[in-house]
Amino acid sequence: MNILVCVKRVPETGGRVTLSADAREIDTRYLGFTVSPHEECATEEAVRLVEANGGSSTVLTLGPEAAADQLRAAMAIGIDRAILLETDGQDWDPVATAAAIVDAIRAEAAAGVQYDLLLFGNEAADSGDFQVGIRVAIALGLPCINGVKSLEIKDGVATARREAGGGWEVFQVPLPAIVAVREGINLPRYPSVPGRLRAKKKEIERSVPVARQAGAAGPEKIRLSLPAESEGRAEILGTGADAAPAVVDLLERIGVLA
Amino acid sequence: MIGAGIVGNSMAYHLARQGWRDIVLIDKGALPNPGGSTGHASNFIFTTDHSKEMTAFTLDSVRQYKDLGVFTQSGGIEVARTPERMEEFKRRLASAHAWGIEAELISPARIKELVPYIEESILLGGFYTPGVGVVDSLRAGTLMREAAVEMGALTVSAMTETTGIDVVDGRVTAVRTDRGDIQTETVVIACGIWSPRIARMAGASIPLTPAVHQMISVGPVPAFADTVGEITFPIVRDMDTNMYERQHGGDLEVGSYAHRAILMSPDEIPSIAESAQSPTELPFTDDDFDVQMEQALELVPEILRDERVGVRYAINGLLSLTPDGMPILGETPEVRGLWSVAAVWIKEAPGIARTVAEWMTHGTPDIDPHSSDIARFYDHHRVAAHIDARSAEGFNKTYGIVHPMEQWNSNRNVRLSPINTRQRELGAVFFEAAGWERPFWYGTNESLLAEYGERVMPRAAEWESRWWSPIINAEHLAMRDRVGMVDLAAFAIFDATGPGATEYLQGLVVNQVDVKVGRVIYTPLLNAAGGIVADLTIIRLGRDHYRVVTGGGMGMRDKKWFIDHLPADGSVQVHDLTSALYTIGVWGPRARDLVQSVTSADLSNAAFPFGTARTVDISGVRTLMSRISYVGELGWEIYAPMEQGLKLWDVLWAAGQPLGVVAVGIGVYAVTGRLEKGYRAHGNELELDFNLVEAGMARPSVKDADFVGKAAYLVQRASAPAAILCTLTIDDPTSASGVRRYMLGREPITTPDGGFLVNSRGRRSYATSAGSAPSIGKHVLMSYLPPEYAIEGTKLAVEYFGERYPVTVAIVGSRPIFDPENTRIRA
Repeated sequence: MNILVCVKRVPETGGRVTLSADAREIDTRYLGFTVSPHEECATEEAVRLVEANGGSSTVLTLGPEAAADQLRAAMAIGIDRAILLETDGQDWDPVATAAAIVDAIRAEAAAGVQYDLLLFGNEAADSGDFQVGIRVAIALGLPCINGVKSLEIKDGVATARREAGGGWEVFQVPLPAIVAVREGINLPRYPSVPGRLRAKKKEIERSVPVARQAGAAGPEKIRLSLPAESEGRAEILGTGADAAPAVVDLLERIGVLA
Repeated sequence: MIGAGIVGNSMAYHLARQGWRDIVLIDKGALPNPGGSTGHASNFIFTTDHSKEMTAFTLDSVRQYKDLGVFTQSGGIEVARTPERMEEFKRRLASAHAWGIEAELISPARIKELVPYIEESILLGGFYTPGVGVVDSLRAGTLMREAAVEMGALTVSAMTETTGIDVVDGRVTAVRTDRGDIQTETVVIACGIWSPRIARMAGASIPLTPAVHQMISVGPVPAFADTVGEITFPIVRDMDTNMYERQHGGDLEVGSYAHRAILMSPDEIPSIAESAQSPTELPFTDDDFDVQMEQALELVPEILRDERVGVRYAINGLLSLTPDGMPILGETPEVRGLWSVAAVWIKEAPGIARTVAEWMTHGTPDIDPHSSDIARFYDHHRVAAHIDARSAEGFNKTYGIVHPMEQWNSNRNVRLSPINTRQRELGAVFFEAAGWERPFWYGTNESLLAEYGERVMPRAAEWESRWWSPIINAEHLAMRDRVGMVDLAAFAIFDATGPGATEYLQGLVVNQVDVKVGRVIYTPLLNAAGGIVADLTIIRLGRDHYRVVTGGGMGMRDKKWFIDHLPADGSVQVHDLTSALYTIGVWGPRARDLVQSVTSADLSNAAFPFGTARTVDISGVRTLMSRISYVGELGWEIYAPMEQGLKLWDVLWAAGQPLGVVAVGIGVYAVTGRLEKGYRAHGNELELDFNLVEAGMARPSVKDADFVGKAAYLVQRASAPAAILCTLTIDDPTSASGVRRYMLGREPITTPDGGFLVNSRGRRSYATSAGSAPSIGKHVLMSYLPPEYAIEGTKLAVEYFGERYPVTVAIVGSRPIFDPENTRIRA
């Protein structure tokens, strides 16, 4: 089977986020870049499905040249091909992003590459729009399931499960289909050293997408603002062995211990 | 105490042990890991360094880590992929032997036995140190901090950011923080990569730069699945690729010093809040690590080719680099009471902390920290262009094979002699000292080689002929035969003046300074424990006017010593004339003829005896001539205004032509001329852990006046020395392969059958200096020997590149091996 995973390069935040002077971007001077945890899981899922069922996997991103790092990271854990829809580094909104991905998929189809499964992360780690997967699905007329935490493929049918209020919703859709996965569907592997070295040597297929933002309805970024920081609170439960009962109580209260 | 990494915690502990109370330790981060370099250090300790000082710090640190129970001995192997590295290991073994470290050279098969996952087929051998290990540096810091608290000496205030340091009249008075101000007369900056920023708050400078050291951690490693604890297998340093591989629990850490130097300005370091991990763990830049990854794969393929083993952690870790690779310790010359303990790595931190705490408390540390002293820097060392250039150049030498005379490439031509153009015309080969470009020899003197033939002691081995030329020895012989002129622009010169000058100097130096005006005094300086701090010359120019002349290398450190001891009543001033005065040395049997031909002053021995100085006009230049010599010849140091230096040189040079004058480089001045005369050099023979009796420099009597170190010196004089400085000659320099080999210094001295000589104070004998003595046709060494070996004619050996060469104790004490009666100097 042929799987396409779509990922987005985002800053790897860990500490306090600071904004650029015009408040339109995150200040990334000290930050590395990554993809969202959902997308890491989508990538891992693609590798596992190909390992189990045979076929080929491709990773695609829309972003600046530097996003090649994220494509190589995906190839380092076993993705076969990488496609970079190269932008000048400006943010593309979900409408334009989805349109560019659709163009790319159609171009692939024209070249004889058909995908059985398109995997997305449930939402991007930075903008959190929850839109691109669904927009691509609608444009291509494919079924789409989001929030997926379990996925099985058998006889041309995808069985996907997602959490729903203490239980599971189970969907079955015929392939080709689009699935947006959530963190927790799997535990992504770390890249091996040979994997990284292989990824370094692989070609990245590049093209320049046509921007279709003008006039399209959709959200537009005006500026960013930082939410008020929640104050950390610390409570000393006791010292030494005397603290043990209080610790056990707390662990029971928050549900860590049954 | 600002900074709660390994250094700050160790400092707090050692100051508390020294009796300090009311210590406050602050850090902007949270404990136990406030986010500095300690938190991400790889924490392993290799003990052998060619530097005696660094090795001493490291060995002391290992002892302390063991006492704290945080040291895990794993052994360590430095592996060689090239024949050059195997040779370097022999040299390394000699250093280990000189400093008393157990180590051995081992075969690839033995490496494989010790480290089963290594690919030994690409290796030629290894340097194995069983005593290598890893420490838990965060735990060590916590234990030391808690011990200081326990002693009632320390208050800890984490998450407290320093916002300013108050200085009044050149002395620190307070530290300002975001949680209140602290009044104090003493501040220690132990801030690692942030140190320059903190020092600047007080108007001082700590010339280091943060730099990236890349590290990855891979796992889980199947080979480590059944091991217990942090480390079982020896740490491997892959020297030829500048990398290390070490077990860390179930993971293998791979670190590199091979990538391009990635420097950062201290002002660019992110805050704790802004950092994804910590301020010193920056995002990994893959591209810089690619080549190293391939090289690591070659060495440990079993682990790194395993697809199940993942890269779990990868950082660009920040650490401190300095322009000369040494730590930055001591009170800043700019601000009294402001101390730097910076550019210190895990392996040496507790030892350095002990040393600095002793230094702060009573001024007499056990380990001599002179190479790390912050006072060693001149202003040109403190500028970013210098710090960055040298730190970048030094970074890739971390695991390098560095020749003891190796010169820097970057940021040269910083300080030039006024005769620099003449030096270039004479084909000078420049070596740098304290920024000065000094000719080590002159290319145009190549013509002398034919004149002296084999007497120049040519060197066939590549190592000793590197950074060397037989021209040095030819210049030496020509100077001894005729006359030589030496550029001495690099001298540090300062005047002490004022009504209290005599009393002040009398209380500071060992020898009598209350001499007739015009006398030149050579004298050592001691610390209170009788350790040797410096040696230099002082010229009495007037009743209340003395001129101090000292070597450029430690000139600023000596100057700080003089300033620190100034009387509080303002009765003495010290003025730095280093950049105002130029010096030419004119020495040799024809020196008097040369200078007499361009002056009307009477230079006869009767009129101008040895050990005196006077003003002399030389063809329109008013100079100060001082009749002393560091090369054992008749002649003078001639001082003139810097801007007249060129004219003075030209006049003397022209006058010397009929006499066969040669330009003589520092290779003669600092090595061959000095060694033939048995003159001791600071940093070689003269260090804190030797005394004047051992050095053979104790004079028959001691002056009445009290001086720093006198009480200790009197005790030393009354006791039998533990070792005596001797001059040794090489009997036969021929190696097993038939090549003549010439030691360069720091080699262990042994009995003929290889037994190490250890004196009653536990110090091993090693060559403090080594070099040609062309006038006697031998290669000579100086070494402190235990008294039972310090007997002229005793046969010993010196270990050099894995072989032992027979040597003879030629001189015990300070009698020169050449011209022992000093008839030449007094001619």
